[in-house]
Amino acid sequence: MNVLVYLVPAALLLGLTGLIAFMWTLKSGQYDDLDGAAVRILPDDDIEK
Amino acid sequence: MAETVDLSSFVEHKGPGLAHMTLAVDGVGCAGCIRKIESGLTKLPGIVDARLNFTQRRLVVDWRDGEIDAVRIVKTLAEIGYPAHPFAPARVEADESRQARLLLRCLGVAGFAAMNVMLLSVSIWAGNASDMTQVTRDLFHWLSALIALPAAAYAGQPFFQSAFRALRARELNMDVPITVGVTLALTLSLYETATHAVHAYFDSALMLLFFLLCGRYLDLAMRRKTRLFAGNLASLKAEFAHRLGTNGVTQVPTSALQPGDRVLVRPGERIPADGCIIEGTSEADESLVTGETVPRAVESGAMIYAGSVNCSGALTMRVAAAGAGTLVDEVERLLQKATAGKSKTVRLADRAARLYATVVHATAALTAMGWLMAGASLHDAIVIAIAVLIVTCPCAIALAIPAVQVVAAGQLFRSGVILNSGDAIERLAEVDTVVFDKTGTLTLPDPEADVSGIDPDILQRAARLALSSRHPLAVALAGAAHEAAPYPGTVEEPGCGVRAVVDGREAYLGSRSFCGLGGDVTAAARDPDASLIFFSHAGRTAAIPIRQTLRPDAKTVIAQIRARGLDVLILSGDRPEAVEPIARRLDVSRWMAGLMPAEKIGVIEQLKAQGRRVLMVGDGLNDAPALAAAHASLSPITASHLTQAQADALFLGDRLMPVLNAVAIARQGRALMRQNLMLAVIYNAVAVPIAMFGFVTPLIAALAMSGSSILVTLNALRARFAWHASSKAAALEPTKRVGSALLSRGDVKVDLKADREGNMKSGWELAR
Repeated sequence: MNVLVYLVPAALLLGLTGLIAFMWTLKSGQYDDLDGAAVRILPDDDIEK
Repeated sequence: MAETVDLSSFVEHKGPGLAHMTLAVDGVGCAGCIRKIESGLTKLPGIVDARLNFTQRRLVVDWRDGEIDAVRIVKTLAEIGYPAHPFAPARVEADESRQARLLLRCLGVAGFAAMNVMLLSVSIWAGNASDMTQVTRDLFHWLSALIALPAAAYAGQPFFQSAFRALRARELNMDVPITVGVTLALTLSLYETATHAVHAYFDSALMLLFFLLCGRYLDLAMRRKTRLFAGNLASLKAEFAHRLGTNGVTQVPTSALQPGDRVLVRPGERIPADGCIIEGTSEADESLVTGETVPRAVESGAMIYAGSVNCSGALTMRVAAAGAGTLVDEVERLLQKATAGKSKTVRLADRAARLYATVVHATAALTAMGWLMAGASLHDAIVIAIAVLIVTCPCAIALAIPAVQVVAAGQLFRSGVILNSGDAIERLAEVDTVVFDKTGTLTLPDPEADVSGIDPDILQRAARLALSSRHPLAVALAGAAHEAAPYPGTVEEPGCGVRAVVDGREAYLGSRSFCGLGGDVTAAARDPDASLIFFSHAGRTAAIPIRQTLRPDAKTVIAQIRARGLDVLILSGDRPEAVEPIARRLDVSRWMAGLMPAEKIGVIEQLKAQGRRVLMVGDGLNDAPALAAAHASLSPITASHLTQAQADALFLGDRLMPVLNAVAIARQGRALMRQNLMLAVIYNAVAVPIAMFGFVTPLIAALAMSGSSILVTLNALRARFAWHASSKAAALEPTKRVGSALLSRGDVKVDLKADREGNMKSGWELAR
């Protein structure tokens, strides 16, 4: 059962990372314009010729 | 006359020298549009940032004050090809987007915690079946508690707050049993953990919160979507007024007008505010105010109301302060009375919650007493009683109604109905009588020319002449011009008509005397419900009747409403001669004409006293009190502001079909809500006895809870597919797919048409 000593914290840490990442996406407004993200990828004027 | 435009009421200042404005943008449909708009604006000097929200069709611009101004930005957008309309976000919208963020954060926390605790719980359940030691189990329980307690305290906020508010008002809502259930489950689990017991319910409490938050979030998201759409439409329709100041004429949004301002109203424009005429004579078309279709002659000193159209001469008016004696005050007074007298209908969800809370808490108490009497220890009796509370978890019941509401609101949105109030679906489903207003509701908001029996050649010339005038009758006739250009050198004589030289001879369009016509009245001229516009050219004359036309599908929709067992009445403020032919054409035998706002309420109260539930459909200012007094209410999107605010829902487009769809969808929705509640009751009837006899383990609780929640949600979604199928079969005809694009082209067309007809002239068009 010694394996629990690092497996449990590792599992919790992974989950917490996910939660923090979600909170960050929310705070930076990434859900404000869901359709926009889908079409903004189309123009390729950011590619240097 | 050069006019300046004042958009300052839309501009916010975010720090020194930094200005900020939100605009609703028209015609955005692809990635190219985003790039054109954003790069087109950022190229301008002084622009700090321009970002288009493609989902909402709204543009946010930040710029440095002094280097560029709001008017220049709007003009640039129009030059690029995207008409934009400055936008003052409503406070409700800001509140709702804050609430949506809170719910999403809670949902994230609850989801994270529920998954991690479930990870630990599954290990415990597996361990209990094999060889887990008590120490390991305790460790896992403590870990669960460590995650669950703070997470529940955070994610449960929306429920705890609402339950607290309800209790303080001495009421019961669904959040009270939810709060009690979650708190008890967590407390019991903590106690069990401390006493090294086998069972703890941390996962149940968190899952309950997670499911409920999903329901709440979807409900709010649907409401926000409709509100955003309504907000954009409102800004497209935003009206401007010409304010006379010391340094000339300024165009300001009507919302920025102050009492005492002097305003110029040109022929064909809408009166921007209530007030008193100080200069000029004209005729006012008050169909949106009183339902009367024949214009009223007004002159200096007369009161004039917002929403009426100035027909012939230019007017100067002074904006009146809200004071006693105006029509609007009378309407407001009636409104207050109507709203106060309206018995608050108890929503189905709250009724279910009341019943549920009493029954479940009584059952739990009885269970505890029963076990005590049967000789169980106090601890065991309480544990079993709490298990009853957890397993009857309000999940299914709390989701049963919101899930249907989300699906039904989405369906209404797609068929062109925008919900204003949350419980409208239930009330719409209960109606048994539909009362229609005539002008603008059964008929189209704008009159049309009756061209039957008129020489096409004459009609074409008259229509081309009409293109040069903004008089409402001319505007209606201009629709028959079929994209022809106006005649060059056309002269408009205020109050008389327009004239131009056509093929070397003078042509006239306007009043009878202007065209030099005598008393020879044609057959059409004897028609009581039409206004006539006269044309003469080279000895040929014509009297063209302009009349209110019925909405294209009015007859079939009225027949179908009847076929569904609903009574139909027409209550109009217009003259009996104008109402009678329409009632006859629609085959409606019960109609009343010439009603004042108070009389409309009177009729509705009478119907209510007979035990009827009335759906009022109306658009005029005079309908607003009746809308408030009725059991449920609908307005076309062209209705006056005050009226729109009173309506439970708004419908879009020229057709009347959305009225029928609204009732049909609401009825299906209510049937579905009942079905879902039944499912929840059946589930509880099975689960409660098992819990009462003490057989419930956390594993069974978790399975039962998620099972019942998923069941009611799927049942609600089932309806969505059924609706899709039936709308394909044209049983529920979708007027417009408004759901797919927040501003579809069709709706914009409606507004552009209004623009051309001069009812809602946008400021920058004139400024250009």
